[in-house]
This record gives sequence, C-alpha cells and structure tokens, in this order.
Amino acid sequence: MSTAHTSADRPRTLAEKVWRDHLVKQGEDGTPDLIYIDLHLVHEVTSPQAFDGLRMAGRPVRRPDLTIATEDHNTPTLEIDKPIADLTSRTQIETLRRNAAEFGIRLHSLGDKEQGIVHVVGPQLGLTQPGITVVCGDSHTSTHGAFGAMAFGIGTSEVEHVLATQTLPLKPFKTMAINVEGTLRPGVTAKDIILAVIAKIGTGGGQGYVLEYRGSAIRALSMDGRMTICNMSIEAGARAGMVAPDETTYAYLKGRAHAPEGDDWDAAVEYWNTLATDEGASFDAEVSIDADALEPFVTWGTNPGQGVSLSESVPDPATIDDQHERAAAERALEYMDLAAGTPLKDIKVDAVFMGSCTNSRIEDLRAFASIIKGKQKAEGVRVMVVPGSARVRLEAEAEGLDKVITDFGAEWRFAGCSMCLGMNPDQLSPGERCASTSNRNFEGRQGKGGRTHLVSPLVAAATAIRGTLSSPWDLQNEGEAR
Amino acid sequence: MQKITTVTGVAVPLRRSNVDTDQIIPAVFLKRVTKTGFDDALFHGWRQDPEFVLNRPEFQGAKVLIAGPDFGTGSSREHAVWALRDYGFDVVVSSRFGDIFRGNAGKQGLVAAQVAYEDIERLWAVVEADPGIDVTVDLVARTVSAGALTVAFDIDDYTRWRLLEGLDDIALTLRDEAAIAEFETHRAAWRPKTLPIREPAESGSL
Repeated sequence: MSTAHTSADRPRTLAEKVWRDHLVKQGEDGTPDLIYIDLHLVHEVTSPQAFDGLRMAGRPVRRPDLTIATEDHNTPTLEIDKPIADLTSRTQIETLRRNAAEFGIRLHSLGDKEQGIVHVVGPQLGLTQPGITVVCGDSHTSTHGAFGAMAFGIGTSEVEHVLATQTLPLKPFKTMAINVEGTLRPGVTAKDIILAVIAKIGTGGGQGYVLEYRGSAIRALSMDGRMTICNMSIEAGARAGMVAPDETTYAYLKGRAHAPEGDDWDAAVEYWNTLATDEGASFDAEVSIDADALEPFVTWGTNPGQGVSLSESVPDPATIDDQHERAAAERALEYMDLAAGTPLKDIKVDAVFMGSCTNSRIEDLRAFASIIKGKQKAEGVRVMVVPGSARVRLEAEAEGLDKVITDFGAEWRFAGCSMCLGMNPDQLSPGERCASTSNRNFEGRQGKGGRTHLVSPLVAAATAIRGTLSSPWDLQNEGEAR
Repeated sequence: MQKITTVTGVAVPLRRSNVDTDQIIPAVFLKRVTKTGFDDALFHGWRQDPEFVLNRPEFQGAKVLIAGPDFGTGSSREHAVWALRDYGFDVVVSSRFGDIFRGNAGKQGLVAAQVAYEDIERLWAVVEADPGIDVTVDLVARTVSAGALTVAFDIDDYTRWRLLEGLDDIALTLRDEAAIAEFETHRAAWRPKTLPIREPAESGSL
C-alpha cells in the first residue's frame, strides 16, 4: 500500500481500496494519512482514560451514531443479576455506564440481550459490513476483517482521538496475501488454519502488514470461521486481517438489525462487489498454506507461534536454529512444565475453556456440542463453556445446546471474555493446564501460573472427553478399537 | 505533552525476546480508571523474582530499557506504556516493536527506539559490564550512547517530530476539521450507524 496513491487505474488489493475510500486527507512529507472511521466499538477497559481526556479538554464525541459500547472484559459469567463482587471491576463498569450516559453513546450492559464480547456483538447486529473501517481499543478488532472491513485495534489515546474526531492519522500498511488452497479434512477447522499460519510466519511475521486471507479453503469457510481466522491476525503481528466479501458474507448480513434494507441493500451490494482484490494487483509479500495437508493444531509454548500438529511431539529447543526462538522455546518448556519429545497427545489437562472472541459464536458451540453429545467429561477436568454474547447464549439454548453441555458435566456460563484473559473471577490456578479455544497462550494470561494450549472447539471437545490433548480423530480410533 | 530532545540515565538490560504486553502489565491491573498509578504493576509477574533485573540495586531509577526483539507484542493495552512511563522509563530500545505498542508509545512521550539486533547485543554488553552506567538517547541525532559506544536508532519522522515538539495528536487533527466535515457529506447513506437503535427482525423469538 506504500504506493497506493501513485496511479488511479492500477490494480488494487482489497485493503488498498478500503484505505482509498476512507482518505480524508493524504499525508505529505512523511506525515500520516488521515483516515475516516466508520464504526468505533468501545468497552470498559480501554475507554475510561479516553473519556476523561475528552472531559478535561471540553471536547464532545463527534459521532455518537458511529459508536457503540458493551461490557465484556471483566464482567462475571455467573450470577450476573447480583452486584459485581470485585470492587475495581465494578468501578470500571460503572465508569463506562456514566461515560456512555454523559456522552450519548449506545451501551449494551450486562443483562441486556445484545451484551457480549465486543467482536461478537458488532457482526451479529449487522454493524460490521464490507468495506468499512472499524476500530476498538482491543487488538482482536482484526476479527471484523472477515467481512472485508479494515479493522484494527488501537490504544486508549487513539480511542480518545477517534471519539473526538472520528478519524485516525495512519501510515499506509503493507499487504500480505495468505493463500490457503485445498479442502480441509473433517475435524480440521478455521482455528487450525490460523494456528498453522502463525506457526509458519511467526508472531512478528505480519508486523506492518494487513493480511488478506485468500484461496479456496477460505472461500469455503462460514463467516464464523472467517472471523476466527481474522481474529488471530494480531497474533502473527499484523494489525488487520481481511477476507474479500462474497455471497457467504451477504447471506450472513441480510436481515440483521443494522444491515442496509431495500434499495440501500442493492446499492451496498453493488459497492461491496467492487471491493475484491483486482486481477493483477500485487502484494508486498505472499505466504501459502496447503489446506489438504492440515491436521488439528495445538500450541505447546507460551506464544501463539509455538504450535505443531497434534500428532507430533513437543519440539526439542536444541533443534531450533534461531537463537532467540531457541531461548524462547527453552523458557516456554520450563514455564509449561513440558519435556522435549513428549507426544502432545500424552499431555493431561486440568481444564478446558470453550469461549473467547476467537471461538464463542453459535457455530463454535454447535461444533463443540456435536462431539460431546451424549458423553461424559473426563473425571477431574473442569470444563467451562462461555458464549460470546447474550444472544449467542439464547440461540444455543433455543437449540438445546445448553442441555448437551450441562449433561456432559460442563459449566454453561453467561457471556463475556471470561477465562481468555482472566480479568474476572474465571481464572486458572497456578500450575493448572488448560486446553483453550482462546487466542493467547502467554504466561499467566488465563491466571497467574496457568498453562495454556490453544486449540479448536473440536479439539477442546475431544480433550474434555479424554482428559488428554485429543482431536475427534482420536475418538473415532477408539470407537474402532472397541 | 513534554518536549523531548535527549534522555540521559541508567539503562536496564532486559535479555528477553517477545516481551508481550501481558508480561509488561498483567490484565488484572487493567481495571483502574486513571492513567497513573501503574508503576507497581510493571512486569509484575517477573518482579516477584528477587533476581529479576529490575530488582537489582544498580538498576534503580532507570530511564532506559534495552530489550530483545518483538517488544510490546500482543494486547493493545496502552496501560503497558503508562506502566513503563510511571516506573520512570523515557525510552525503550529494541530491535523490533509490536505495531500497536509503538503507536501508543509515541502518543505518551515514550521513545520507542529501534536499533539493529547486533547493536542491542553491544548495548547489553556495555551496560552489563558497567551496571548503572549512564546511557544517553539523543532524539535529534537518533543515537543511543553508552560509554564509548554510539549506535543509531530508527524512529519514524512524524513521531519524532511530535515528540520533539511535544504536540497533541487530537489538536493536530482538529486543524483538518473542515476536511473531516467535507468527507462526511459524501458518506453513503447506507453505511452503518449505531443510532437510532434498530431491533433485529427475530427479536423476541430468541
């Protein structure tokens, strides 16, 4: 995108087109471009200091009608009708409620049926649309790129900047094509694709880039699957990941509360159809993944790039050439209490977490439920299922998934970020090991001393049944053996 | 924002790569609603270890942090920058930064100085050989100096200019208010709006 403004007619990528259509003012002499923001999502953790800044400067929110807030990061997932026990959490929630009222911002509070994880709420309301720019003070804003939007996480100063001006000064990104061709085998999911991508390019490989996920395996994914992939773009270091909009996108959007209607819908689709990367457009970098060869994937370390196929063993740091990666792997194995050479399938877990903005949508819950249905969880394993939004919870209950989950012996919770980052009471204890459908296996992320293995909902389900890291393939093998 | 030209002070060698923002400040500290008071939260997990470099007496009062590659990756939390600032750091030197962290740093007067990895190794060698030695970061010349060693660092021109001038981003953007208003007049009517609230068609059936 560094050459985005040199020619009017040259072929462009999806990202370049969205950038071009939001250019308020082009930068000169090394100053950034000024980019218009279509949708600003707000939550309780990264906004209080931004509202405070506005108040101190006497500035209003420029476009409350392009802004929406929800409570998610530190809301409880049990007894949500009671006052929040943690005093600082309660203060933060109450601060958001006060700020939303004062500045005229739409807020979906705990208990409201549109409340939930900000990256689940935007799409399900139909607010996330192709070709728009979306920001939020949360790095997983990249999720919304699944619709062909340019969506990225920002810091609190930028939150204040967007509230005040509805724009951001930004330097153009470079573009990287991630080509995923082929057909996923049954039991292999969007989560396995993105974990394989991150393992391939590394946690810094996407820095400075917008990733565009392309190819037949991406086209074949549902919107929920595409969101899972775009969600974890940040774990490869990229601020944004995108998928070109197509019929799958339109079918998801049509009829949603804030999707265009009637003539507006037709006008929108006409525009959306122009967004896909032009034939002959060039990317600054390209990476290819063979979908046919993918297996269920799992992380063994403490960053999302430290992952391998579940059929493999914990790698030996001594075999890693790069000295930083070798040192990081040594530290990771120590923290994770794992020995090199251990088959991943021999690793026992204490907990399974099914949730987070990566994997808490209705399809994720359906996938999880399809594996556990009629079975019992492994003894001694704690299994927590946290839907991404109140609406997802209602939808799951309408389908009877809650019953499948509780019959299995798992906990069925209210919506929120929950154990993905342990800001609320949902945390691992020191030394506990968890198979988690979330996005970060950082040290202490799910609770101080907790050990995280990132997995897909299918692997989470199979692991909950067997008590050791497993995929649905292992369940089939067992069935055959009997 | 304060203008910054040079920073001179003690430098801490943090021999770790991939220092993500969860390590810089764990999520449990994100519940505060102020921009200050985060100094105790910085590297909270690691600081429980008495041997951790920040706990060593010779590195007290440090202003410069010299870290391995991929510093500030992960979560967008600006609290990571506030915690570093509150603790007293004016500069972080690394061979590669997380993009969001780098942006946040520039807005809070924290210099994110990117140097070649070989130079990180050389800087570590100097400050470890002589712990507590003063290091000077010169934003005008874009150099980091420790003892006899001087290495160049990268920072983008725009961020450097704002740091040197101590400029507030919002005030800068509001100079272009007319261009923003003009852009808004062309924004297609079907682009999404959060207000007025529209109920989903299936509302109530769920």
